[in-house]
Amino acid sequence: MASTSLSAGPGTRRRRVSTITWRVLTYVALVLIMGPAAWLLLGVLARALPHWHWSVLWTTLTPTGGGLRDQILGTLILMLGVFIVAGTIGVLAGIHLAELARPRRRSGKASGGPLRTASDILAGFPSIVLGYVGYVALVVGLGWGFSLLPAVIILSIMVIPYIAKTTENSLRQVPTGYREGAEALGMSMGYGLRKVILKSALPGIVTGLLLALAIACGETAPLIYTAGFAPTLPHSLTHAQFPYLTYVVYQYYNAPEANYHYLAFDAALILVVIVLLLLVSSRIIVSRTQRHSESARGTRSKRRWRRQPLDLTDLPR
Amino acid sequence: MASVGGVAGSIPATPHTESIGRPPLPKRLGRFARNNEERVWRGSAWIAVVLPLAALVFAVTVLAVKAWPAVRVNGWYFLYGRNWTEGSGYGAVVHTDGVAHPMGAQYGAWAILWGTLASSLIAIVIALPLSIGAAFALTERLPGWISRPLGFAIEILAGIPSVVIGLWGILTFGPWLAKYVYPIIADHAPNVPVLRYFRNPVGGGEGLLSAGIVLSLMIVPIITSTTRDLFMQVPPLPKEGASALGMTDWEVANKVTLPWVRSGIIGATVLGLGRALGETIAIVMIGGAVLRIPMNIYQPFTTVAATILTQLDGAFTDGTGFAVATLAELALVLAVISVAVNLIARLIITRTSRIGAPVGGV
Repeated sequence: MASTSLSAGPGTRRRRVSTITWRVLTYVALVLIMGPAAWLLLGVLARALPHWHWSVLWTTLTPTGGGLRDQILGTLILMLGVFIVAGTIGVLAGIHLAELARPRRRSGKASGGPLRTASDILAGFPSIVLGYVGYVALVVGLGWGFSLLPAVIILSIMVIPYIAKTTENSLRQVPTGYREGAEALGMSMGYGLRKVILKSALPGIVTGLLLALAIACGETAPLIYTAGFAPTLPHSLTHAQFPYLTYVVYQYYNAPEANYHYLAFDAALILVVIVLLLLVSSRIIVSRTQRHSESARGTRSKRRWRRQPLDLTDLPR
Repeated sequence: MASVGGVAGSIPATPHTESIGRPPLPKRLGRFARNNEERVWRGSAWIAVVLPLAALVFAVTVLAVKAWPAVRVNGWYFLYGRNWTEGSGYGAVVHTDGVAHPMGAQYGAWAILWGTLASSLIAIVIALPLSIGAAFALTERLPGWISRPLGFAIEILAGIPSVVIGLWGILTFGPWLAKYVYPIIADHAPNVPVLRYFRNPVGGGEGLLSAGIVLSLMIVPIITSTTRDLFMQVPPLPKEGASALGMTDWEVANKVTLPWVRSGIIGATVLGLGRALGETIAIVMIGGAVLRIPMNIYQPFTTVAATILTQLDGAFTDGTGFAVATLAELALVLAVISVAVNLIARLIITRTSRIGAPVGGV
């Protein structure tokens, strides 16, 4: 009786159709995302490869074409600057939020309330607004001119909240047992932090840093108004415009000369390669070190099998 | 380590018993160097966490100080006005409320705000269903060996520089859309109120709809990855129970999984909205950065971010500095909207990402 009503009930046909439709739609959605994404990557390759010369990597930009050596170096120097400035500040800020700030007694909420809120607000600032602030305050206001220093400062401000967040999160995933063990062995707070806690949180921190660098090297809008642009590397931190890759893509793709188009495509390809290298290495770090990260909150068995995803939610842009 | 040996040796009658559960107290160890190390850690970490706060205060102060003359002169007209003119660059300087500006300068940002909202809305409308569907396919249907690489591909998409996406959008994707997709929509759109905006002419692929579609591609990674993480947090028992009751895939998704994480998805969407509002370079390349409200959905337009980028250079030709002040006001408006959107999203997400306990009392 029951089985007949199940198999031939009034809603059965509709339900079967709805299920099939639903399944098909989810796959269609996946294809509609992956298709353009693959097209994008292949498109960059397809535009750059036909005119690719390896000499792009070691010749400098000339009025008729040339290569992108100094632009590539400039982007790498910018990344290095961001790594030093934002890496130091962001990681230390994350350590403060996760380990050092005292939790609020009454509410039992996470520590460092107002500072965390400031970091969250800063993370919400669009990069162009930060670029505007850099232009008005640093480039014009302090008279530094378009140069490396304001560019590194503005890019660092942009990614510090993200680095702090990923550092804090990965520190929070260090099992409580590690801290208790360090304490039980009589380690001082600084020693234990260095040798035990930071060591096991390092993969997560490095992953966050790599992603932040990937974002920093692909940024254009704030750089246009802080770094300016130059065909060759300057010898000064201030008062000298600075070369970088994204500007080449932005300005040269519709330049009058065909040679410049090719440079734009080459720059796009080099950018994609840099970003891919950073993302792949962060992914490798994450998958190599799965064992270390385990939730400190007791829901171990459930969480252990969860693949740790990269934190895209707070990526700056 | 060696100096601690004495303490470690006396574990049974440890003097440390009372300090268990508290942070280790180096002063009990009595070593100056260690005391100092902690002080260095604490000091530098404190400085590091205060610096972003200082940067925030600095940025807000710069924006507010720069924007204040413009706020006073432009007034509310800034938000609803449709006329955006710098005034005469050569002639008379007028003073309004003690603020100098060129004669005839009038800044109404309605078209700019409209473009920002419209492009972000298009992006959300496209990205949200795609992301939910893709997240479902990734978590519920596909085996790990497929879904893991695909998840990584989505992460790559999040990392691709927006200028590269813009390049592809203006040279490849936009023209393709204008040639093969838009004519189909435009030829069949009826002449009724909203759908009228979808009618001809379709242009060359540089415009509002192209920018919205590309923008949706840029926010899809955020929404998909957040939604995927949320789906993974839904405990399996309610889903299995629903399946055991004879629910189909669609019913389990619709009645169990989605309600479980609904507010988290809303949070992720708002976060994507915040990203879309602030996107600059891809919009400048694909949207055309033309300051007017487009006649149909295929025409060039501009957004707040795009206007700041494209007009800041020219604004410095205004000797009174009023154009720069107006751009500061624009930046301030964008920052306020974007920060508000971002904070709301974070609030929703942090509130819902701790859904350890079943919502429906299962």
